Amino acid sequence: MIEQPQSRHSAFQVLTGLLSLPAGARVGIGPMLAALTLVTIVLASILAPLYVPYDPLAMNSAARLKPPSDEFLLGTDPYGRDTFSRVMVGGRVSLLIGVGAALVSVAVGLAIGLVAGFFRMADSIIMRIMDSLMAIPAILLAIALVALNGPSLGSVIIAITVPEVPRVVRLVRSVVLSAREEPYVEAAIALGSSMPKILIQHLMPNTMAPLIVQGTYICASAILIEAILSFLGAGVSTEIPTWGNIMAEGRTYFQIKPGLIFWPGLLLSLCILSINLLGDTARDLLDPRMKKREG
Amino acid sequence: MQFKNKDFSDAREVLNVRNLRIGLTGRPNAKPVIDGIDLTIRAGETHCLVGESGSGKSVTSLAAMGLLPKSALEVQGGSITLDDFEITSASHSQMRQLRARRIAMIFQEPMTALNPVLRVGEQIMEVLNMHSDLSPSEAKKRTLDMMDQVHLPDVNRIFSAFPHQLSGGQRQRIMIAMALILDPDLLIADEPTTALDVTTQLQILKLIAEMQERHGTAVLFITHDMGVVAEIADTVTVMQQGQIVERAPIAELLTNPQKEYTRTLLTAVPNLTPRPARAAASQSEVVRVAGLDMTYGGGGFFRRSEGVRAAQDVSFTIQPGRTLGIVGESGSGKSTVARAIMRLIDPTAGSVNVAGTEIAQLSRRQLRDHRKHLQIVFQDPYRSLNPRWTVARSLCEGPINFGVPRAEAMRHAAELMELVDLPRDALDRYPHQFSGGQRQRIAIARAVAMKPDLLVADEAVSALDVSVQAQVLDLLDDIQERFGVAMLFITHDLRVAAQICDEVLVMQRGEVVEYGPAGEVLANPRHDYTRNLIEAAPGRHWDFANYRVLDSATMTTGATA
Repeated sequence: MIEQPQSRHSAFQVLTGLLSLPAGARVGIGPMLAALTLVTIVLASILAPLYVPYDPLAMNSAARLKPPSDEFLLGTDPYGRDTFSRVMVGGRVSLLIGVGAALVSVAVGLAIGLVAGFFRMADSIIMRIMDSLMAIPAILLAIALVALNGPSLGSVIIAITVPEVPRVVRLVRSVVLSAREEPYVEAAIALGSSMPKILIQHLMPNTMAPLIVQGTYICASAILIEAILSFLGAGVSTEIPTWGNIMAEGRTYFQIKPGLIFWPGLLLSLCILSINLLGDTARDLLDPRMKKREG
Repeated sequence: MQFKNKDFSDAREVLNVRNLRIGLTGRPNAKPVIDGIDLTIRAGETHCLVGESGSGKSVTSLAAMGLLPKSALEVQGGSITLDDFEITSASHSQMRQLRARRIAMIFQEPMTALNPVLRVGEQIMEVLNMHSDLSPSEAKKRTLDMMDQVHLPDVNRIFSAFPHQLSGGQRQRIMIAMALILDPDLLIADEPTTALDVTTQLQILKLIAEMQERHGTAVLFITHDMGVVAEIADTVTVMQQGQIVERAPIAELLTNPQKEYTRTLLTAVPNLTPRPARAAASQSEVVRVAGLDMTYGGGGFFRRSEGVRAAQDVSFTIQPGRTLGIVGESGSGKSTVARAIMRLIDPTAGSVNVAGTEIAQLSRRQLRDHRKHLQIVFQDPYRSLNPRWTVARSLCEGPINFGVPRAEAMRHAAELMELVDLPRDALDRYPHQFSGGQRQRIAIARAVAMKPDLLVADEAVSALDVSVQAQVLDLLDDIQERFGVAMLFITHDLRVAAQICDEVLVMQRGEVVEYGPAGEVLANPRHDYTRNLIEAAPGRHWDFANYRVLDSATMTTGATA
């Protein structure tokens, strides 16, 4: 008799769940800290241009490799640029890439997955393409794509998105495959609803909860991959500071100036940790089956 | 009809439940789930606990097993004693000792109760290994002996079979063997035959009675089916909303029920006697199915494989305002026929003519214009409505697809709610806010909104409680009278078929074995299979609604069982 009330506005509920916390006892201290950390980092990055003391690109040959001081909060790099300004501004691009890659891969994956899940004919073709995409190492593909298109923000996002899409497609497809067997979908067919209508109005809402969760993981891994790409010299051009290329540049001076890698690395790790933790929490809230056993 | 009438007043009391109260964990002030019930079960007695869903019968049995889900339910008062041993306060290890040795349980769905990756023989032996010090060879011998007792064929082969290799009835026999191998004092059977076909059900009921005779076990039998009660019970307890309504020996309860609720329950049991034949509304047929064939699988790219022929050469016609019932056991292909006619699956061959249009070969796109002529109501009311949609949106979906303006569709939806006896303001609510019967009404309203010529009801009342079932059947009857819609009624339940169908088509393994007027087929079955089905219907000689033996004039044939 008692059925789990289906979450109607899943995304909305997750947000209210995380921010206003109606069932306060359910969300532990961990996710709270994670949300706080993430909000702080995001706000600090977005507002960075307003408060950072120096232009992150302005070189100053008089102040090379300075240690932390009142003048330079975290010291300077080999070109005399202020590390604090660079790290804070760099966060903007890193986060933008994370969120952008997550949104693009979820949107593309959702569209392809819905079609693959519902139309048997399309399914086998789409899934073989996705399988072959999955067989290519993600980093290698990203490097190849950046090498082809040149290092820009857009091509980095595309490079990160392409290997993530098959995973989203598989997820959406599996949800659609099980949901399309539901009698209410068959009833909709019997009522003469068109295929696009059934796909969007009946099937798509089922995929929202797992997609939100998957989206957070993609966001975290995109930030990380961006850093790796930059580190390998295949990322965004060095004119735009990101956590990844700040660390890449700093590695030659790692021995004498560990702060160059430590600070962006710390923010990067905190960011990814928080996003993953929030993703886990969202999964638990949205899918009661995954919840840890009580007692 | 012969009821059991043994007197148990001298027998030893096995299970004693006194003033048991079970409530939500940590909420002593909330309304209890079980509110002060008393039960006594004596050795050798079969005590049936009947009630509709939510009456608390399963919770009672779980409490007796010490298996209440601790995080949700707790015993808040009263006692359960098994031969002077108090169960409510027993520790985990004491209960573990008790289970299997003294109390055993069998469940509704033997597939989920058995471990799918262990051989069934090993699973029975495991009970022996845990609770006795028999040597492996002795344990195996005893297991085989027990399997023999529950009449499993070829026990050596079945011993090393996996659950999925056995039929539903065989699995339930394994469960019974497992439950009885340590010779417990009390066997709790929670709807053990509900998931089984009617012929298998009869065999399992006979087996439980036989095992009880042989071992002198007390049986607490939980069921919602009055027919089963009539077959197996010595004593019956009727439960409603966590309380006991009435308790009486079976013959007394069925002939002279004291309480209003018991009478309601009994009156709601559909009669096996077919209803009086109705005059045909017109000579023209609105549905004509000829030579319908459905083969699953088959073909194959490299090697031709034999497909599964789920339906073969099915032909019938239905006139407006008439109801055709397709009856058969699971796997007989009755649902396949329904789905093929609805074109939810594409039939391999044959023709389906609805309202003058041949639809079997239409493409999906061409078909959409004809969908409004045929509508379907599914079995499971919990899954047949989109849980994210309001009732209004579900009801309007179809008409809007066919170009009705939204405002008019809404107005029509409100009328439909009245037609199916639901308040208009329920339109803005979501499906989970309704009971199963109410949801089924909404599903019917959604189908009727399309003003179809053919309404297919695929086991539409099978998931409902018997009293709700009677109401939904009435509603369907009412709708048919009002709109003159032809109905195709798929069911496994002969009682339901007898009450609603004008014609009956009996299917077995994809083939039609008998087709004719309901009165004829059910009263004078010509085919052995139909006869078996009718004979296996539990309590078939009893007219529950009138508290008397069924008038034998209409049920003469096949009364040898």
